[in-house]
Amino acid sequence: MATTLTEHAPHADAHHHELSFVRKYIFSEDHKIIGIQFLFMSLFFLLVGGLLAAIMRWQLAYPTDPANPLPGGGLFPETMVNNGIILPEFYNSAVTMHGTIMIFFAIMPLLVGVFANYLIPLQIGAPDMAFPKLNMASFWTAFPAGLIMLAGFFVEGGHSSAGWTQYAPLSADPEWTGVYAGQQLWLISMIILGFASLMGAVNYITTVINMRAPGMTWFRIPLPTWALFITAILILLAIPVLTGALIMLLFDQTIGTTFFASATGGEPLLWQHMFWFFGHPEVYILILPGMGFVSEIIAAGSRKPIFGYAAMVLAIIAIAFIGWLVWGHHMFQSGMNPMLGMSFMVTTMIIAVPSAIKVFNWLGTMWRGDLHFHTPMLHAVTFVAMFVIGGLSGVFVASTPVDIFLHDTYFVVAHLHYVLFGGSLFAIFGAITFWYPKMFGRMMNSTLGKIHFWLTLIFFNLVFFPMHNLGIAGMMRRIYDFTQYEYLAPFQGLQMFISWSAFVLIGAQFIFAFNFLYSLFRGEKAPQNPWHANSLEWTAAPSPPPHGNFAHTPTVYRGPYEYSHPDAPGDYWPQNEPGPAAPAPEPVYAE
Amino acid sequence: MGWLPEAASTFADSIDGIFYLILAITGVIFIAVEAVLLWFAVKYRHRDGRKAYHTHGNIRVEVVWTAVPAVLVVLIGVLSVRPWLHIRSPDSIPPDAYAIDMTAKQFEWNATYVGPDGAMGTDDDVTQRNQLHIPVGRPVVVMLRSEDVIHSFFLPEFRVKQDAVPGMEMAVWFQATRTGEFNLACAELCGTGHTRMGGRVIVHSADDFDAWLLAEGAGPPLGARLASSTDQP
Repeated sequence: MATTLTEHAPHADAHHHELSFVRKYIFSEDHKIIGIQFLFMSLFFLLVGGLLAAIMRWQLAYPTDPANPLPGGGLFPETMVNNGIILPEFYNSAVTMHGTIMIFFAIMPLLVGVFANYLIPLQIGAPDMAFPKLNMASFWTAFPAGLIMLAGFFVEGGHSSAGWTQYAPLSADPEWTGVYAGQQLWLISMIILGFASLMGAVNYITTVINMRAPGMTWFRIPLPTWALFITAILILLAIPVLTGALIMLLFDQTIGTTFFASATGGEPLLWQHMFWFFGHPEVYILILPGMGFVSEIIAAGSRKPIFGYAAMVLAIIAIAFIGWLVWGHHMFQSGMNPMLGMSFMVTTMIIAVPSAIKVFNWLGTMWRGDLHFHTPMLHAVTFVAMFVIGGLSGVFVASTPVDIFLHDTYFVVAHLHYVLFGGSLFAIFGAITFWYPKMFGRMMNSTLGKIHFWLTLIFFNLVFFPMHNLGIAGMMRRIYDFTQYEYLAPFQGLQMFISWSAFVLIGAQFIFAFNFLYSLFRGEKAPQNPWHANSLEWTAAPSPPPHGNFAHTPTVYRGPYEYSHPDAPGDYWPQNEPGPAAPAPEPVYAE
Repeated sequence: MGWLPEAASTFADSIDGIFYLILAITGVIFIAVEAVLLWFAVKYRHRDGRKAYHTHGNIRVEVVWTAVPAVLVVLIGVLSVRPWLHIRSPDSIPPDAYAIDMTAKQFEWNATYVGPDGAMGTDDDVTQRNQLHIPVGRPVVVMLRSEDVIHSFFLPEFRVKQDAVPGMEMAVWFQATRTGEFNLACAELCGTGHTRMGGRVIVHSADDFDAWLLAEGAGPPLGARLASSTDQP
């Protein structure tokens, strides 16, 4: 099954002639360049999403307080910020767009657009993706979608303000929010972005199935590629449901259909079912790749094989499968039949089990290891620590009676950020710092990397852990001015504490941005395999790999996690090493 | 530090009970896992001469750490079923519950009480904005509707939350355990004025409630109505 590659090898060589700048860096068909294009785009959107969070946090620290006007508020038009006061319309837009941008334009492309593109061919020993032109089209579809989404901020009436979940009928009729063009741009952008995701997903799936190097059997595939492969299947099946729902909503908005309006035969809950039928697999699209990266980094950082490789693969598959059967847990309080709610509670409880298996296997991997806490390892271990919190808080809201109280409160905000920031984003920081030397041929500065890591870890927890308390006290999420409620007003001190922690957290990200950009030009030259890892991107290709990746198609002899093997001469054993090799030099680790 | 608001309904004990049970179970797991993680991070950190132990895993421990969480989550699920059905199943609504119509719209709650003729939906009904008056110690059923977008009827002290969806009518029942003033909030983003879509719940003693009905021109008094009811608890 993995013999198809030999015929591709000459094809790879044929590409070694000089390409023009435009063909090489802009309209590139090279999976690595496309991955890096996604990287720059999604890091930009990460910044935009962070700034929107800062605006929300200012309002929550000083709700409608003329004594503390928004710094730089004068830069905004009066319809957004008036005399330094953030208006509720703009606050609701910021809430909506923070969620939208972070999920669809930052975290999802960082995990999938960047790393599925960059890693899959390299880890399976392929010269490129199965469909390089489709791959290029994927980025050049996502990019205009991003521009359209940004354009929504500049149109009359402001950007969409119906929440990232776009619950109809609030989102379906401009009458309810006062947002016209912004709402439609939101929908159009999301429809276009869906096509970009689909083009990527088709490519990743085909490439993994068809283009593995000789000897790269399914159970020798590194876990990042496994996770990205399963994620691509989720994307392929989930995105069309969202796109269908978005088109119906756009019709409701523009040409007067009433799919989601009850007065004329429509059904508001239909939107929620369609959205979450997509939306819960989406949650796993946002965590599975991170689990894959973290597995790779923890194994390499612990100098040990991943504990229970088969269990890890099966857990990914189980999560992906059960993930289709839990969407109703977002709708326990929606008026859905309580019996149905009970069934969704059962499936939701069950999906906690494969997640727990993964956590225990990561601990098992660290057990009796030789742990090297370089920057990627710090992020990866923190992923485990934070994902545990996000997973356990999920059990509270999975219990239907407890969810009656906690639904739509800050408890949910805390829960989702422990999974998406504490989980996905820490995995992304780990992955960027881990694969940066391969991508750019230079090392990131490890001192700056560690300062950024510690500040992020500390202030992330100071921001989001107290939100559990706000939720337990009954504070609703998406509230512009919580002090209007007598029972919530006493929490202004805590909100102010959270906000200032958030400002430091956001500020700390500029250390990462600086390190990222500075190291591009001034970073220490990276060796081919700085982490002494086993998989093909490290052992068979230089840093950075050329167009076509490998001088010769590598042959794979073993799994990717043979660290500290008693028969191997060094403490790692490359996947493409035919047999015991000459003793490896004394390891010098990048710290 | 925020914690659960004071409890004022008969649901609070069962909901808070499961909350504390989950808190205990997840609290122990949280401390244990994070402690092991930290312990490993310190104990197995790289030092000169340290060699990692080569192993690919162990089927027996995989089975154990699959089975234990499975048992715990199933236990939590099973314990959640009874209170859930008690609160949400239409069969659980006590037949003698006092009915109030509640219509949500941008950005207000309109509570309607039956008029002196004893029939809901007639001209003598009494409607009040952003105030919900109920008697203590008697089940109440709020017939919840929305005129425009989705709102969510949230009574934090009563542990009650139910979305109001246009085109649907939801029967929400609960029973207050103490008199006093409590909070009514909208928990679903419903537009620009969402933040001010709050109100008050005023729980009266049985006598006060009848007096309040009389003063507002609503009625008949609850005492008379209960006496005529055949399903008294």
